[in-house]
Amino acid sequence: MGHELRIRIKTLVMILAMVVCANAGDLMLKRGMTKIGAVQISAPGLQHAFLATVTNGTIWIGIVFLAGFMLSYMTVLSWADYSYVMPAGAFGYALLTLLAVVFLHENVSPRRWIGVVLICVGVLLVGQTRPRTTEVVARETREVAA
Amino acid sequence: MRVALLLGVLILGSTGGEIAITHGMKATGEPERLRPRELLQFLTRAMRNGWFWAGVPLMALSFYSLLILLSWRPISFVIPASALSYVVGTLGAKYILLEDVSPARWIGVVLVCAGVALVAAG
Repeated sequence: MGHELRIRIKTLVMILAMVVCANAGDLMLKRGMTKIGAVQISAPGLQHAFLATVTNGTIWIGIVFLAGFMLSYMTVLSWADYSYVMPAGAFGYALLTLLAVVFLHENVSPRRWIGVVLICVGVLLVGQTRPRTTEVVARETREVAA
Repeated sequence: MRVALLLGVLILGSTGGEIAITHGMKATGEPERLRPRELLQFLTRAMRNGWFWAGVPLMALSFYSLLILLSWRPISFVIPASALSYVVGTLGAKYILLEDVSPARWIGVVLVCAGVALVAAG
């Protein structure tokens, strides 16, 4: 397999992991917080909310997913361009709309569908550019610099 | 006025933070393999990088601005407005990180920015 193709596949897999972890994490937090109920902005209210969140299993699953998002984001940025990863990550918004239609049978406005199409075309355009345009600094040089 | 100001903090905070982290990650270098052991070493190396720690407070700042904005305005205004960060981030990538942003990438970024604004506006 060519070097360029390997980088491309590796990058796409990490971006997919980012999108899945971020969405799953948000969903779990939303579920957990719905169970806990609206938070009162007062000292006893915040204290109650804090205790309720740190003892809630669903919230912890959400936190693990969000940590997974951060790790995959940091990892992919160690080799790929920021201007490649950032727009490609917006694919999550399109995915979320599709999931809402398929699983939750939500009604989606024409305006939102146009947005989904624009995101998909934009991500495809960015996706076919080279994932990395800056030169690779050799490990030895980095260690000397550090 | 205060909404516009906080939106500015939100956009500059998130893109500034992400650019600092990207810079730190490029200096860290990629993990040799995507296995737990190598990933752990990679994380430790990243944590020792100053740029990573410059990025974290900026991202925290943007997160709190987002929370405050969401308490002032509906999400269907806040997320579309913050979609501008795709364009600001790309400018930062080009002029600060010196990435080569080709015309195809620019068009893609603008489409994504408009698309996110439309999706979030409902």
